[in-house]
Amino acid sequence: MLGVQVILNGLVLGCLYACIAAGFSLVWGVLNVINLMHGSFIVLGSYLAWGAYQALGLGPWTTLLLAAPLFFGLGYAVQRGILNRVIAAPVLVTLTLTFGLDLMLNNAMLVAFKADYRRLILDPPLGTWSMGELVVPVDRVIAMLFALLLTLVLYAILRRSRVGRAIVAVRLDREAARLMGVDVPVIYATAFGFGAAMAGCAGVLLAMIFPISPISSGPYLGKAFVVCVLGGLGSVPGAVVGGLFLGLIESVGSIVLGPEHAVTLSFSLLIVFLIVRPHGLLGKRGFE
Amino acid sequence: MSAVRTTPRSFRIALVLLVLLAGLPFLGSAYALRIGTFACMYAIMAVSWNVIGGFAGYPSFATAAFFGFGAYCGGILLGKSWTLLAAVSIAGGAAFVAALLFGMVLLRLRGHYFAIGSLAVAEVLRELTNTASNLTGGGMGLNIPLAVKGSDSVLGEATFFFWAMWAMLFLCFISVRLIQTSKLGFGLVCIKQNESAADMIGVNATLYKSLAFAFSGVFVAMAGVLYAAWVHYIEPGDVFDVLFAVKPIVMALLGGLGSPVGALLGAFAFLGIEELVWRNYLQIHSGVLGFLVVVLLLFLPHGLMSLTQSLRSRSGRKAVA
Repeated sequence: MLGVQVILNGLVLGCLYACIAAGFSLVWGVLNVINLMHGSFIVLGSYLAWGAYQALGLGPWTTLLLAAPLFFGLGYAVQRGILNRVIAAPVLVTLTLTFGLDLMLNNAMLVAFKADYRRLILDPPLGTWSMGELVVPVDRVIAMLFALLLTLVLYAILRRSRVGRAIVAVRLDREAARLMGVDVPVIYATAFGFGAAMAGCAGVLLAMIFPISPISSGPYLGKAFVVCVLGGLGSVPGAVVGGLFLGLIESVGSIVLGPEHAVTLSFSLLIVFLIVRPHGLLGKRGFE
Repeated sequence: MSAVRTTPRSFRIALVLLVLLAGLPFLGSAYALRIGTFACMYAIMAVSWNVIGGFAGYPSFATAAFFGFGAYCGGILLGKSWTLLAAVSIAGGAAFVAALLFGMVLLRLRGHYFAIGSLAVAEVLRELTNTASNLTGGGMGLNIPLAVKGSDSVLGEATFFFWAMWAMLFLCFISVRLIQTSKLGFGLVCIKQNESAADMIGVNATLYKSLAFAFSGVFVAMAGVLYAAWVHYIEPGDVFDVLFAVKPIVMALLGGLGSPVGALLGAFAFLGIEELVWRNYLQIHSGVLGFLVVVLLLFLPHGLMSLTQSLRSRSGRKAVA
């Protein structure tokens, strides 16, 4: 029975990882930019959920409706105003630039909210579900379902909508897309906006489960890296597969090896995958 | 190519600067010595990073890994009462061999993938250090005994470590300059411009890249040993800090990519800025640092040295007119 519980925990965690990584993977795949601000966007989303609950009494699922447009706007503005200027520059420049922006954002959060851990405590608490010996906290299940829903929405946008098809077109062949009349800078900004919106929404959901602090941004970013490399870059199914895989590995690994080895395990896996299968579980070759 | 070229003249200026820096202990100020030691340490990191990042064009984020590796190697060996010189040599040698072997596989990746891979090395090492608490003290950190016998005063010890770090920088700077002018340096520039073509005309790309990676690590690891012996206490979050991976890049960008002289000057300029920010804006120092990074990349992508060049060409144009 312990085995089933461990796998269940891993799946719940994995869905949240998928949601964290989907936006990150989109930005990396389409813009060829590693957005080091992703972790701070997530934490900022958590603070939004916390503030909305404290001040307005909004539950996290309501805050999602607020977070998505707000973070989309933030991401769009950052890409349009700053990153688009250096989008053609070498890898190093965009990477260092987002690092600088992240230092600013993270420092601003430290000043605004202090480094203390905060906790969004729902009143009344949602409790747990138990089926036989299996126990699942309800808030985790709700967060997991919303995470899946958000990832599906992103997938649907990319598959079905006009702007989504344009994003995919730019990812496949930027020059050809431009010749077909796609406004590439706008699409870049839109893709970055979607990435930021996913990060913000993931943050809102994570606020239901984990304590909130600006310090958490690094570990969240690390998860996004690992999931992207495991699953394959730039595709939503890749993020889902990578997320679930990482969730399961961490959950099983922390039982077998001990919880202190979870991070070592996931980053070792990252290095092995980079070397053996850099296109990930689902990715196609040639997108490096 | 837009990278700043290292003319022999700027090399000579840098050498003069280095020699002048060696006179710092005669000021007799412990603060100046501390800043001076940090300046040398940063310069070692920036000049070293230049070998892999500037010459070969591989965006390495492994500097933190090398530094932490060196610091812990040194800390453990000094704790077993080895001499400082032995600890430095062993840590340097181990880092060189490890980087050479690891580089063979890691350097098959390019661009972002290599960046993430090299970043992950530091993460793995940090977590391993955290968990191997029998050897490293884990998250409690590691206390390191006094490595220098005979220096009876605080100032004496500070002077010793300043000179040690300075000597390391001097060694590093000369070595990197030699690499730049050697066949290896030429091969690396070929790899940066077009790796497949370089491979085709007979540059052993794998070997060259791995050597560059190893050289970018060896001096940083040895500086890590000196740092550990200097501060007497290290902990994983401190020496494997991701900022140690990013700062050298910013310094090299500040000075202009691909030039050891630029990296050296960039490191000194960066430390000056960082110290000013620390002093005046303690609460928001990392934010101000981030702001400077953003401004630098947006408005001065070719570094401070390009500023003097553009000024020179502007005044030259005026003279012609």
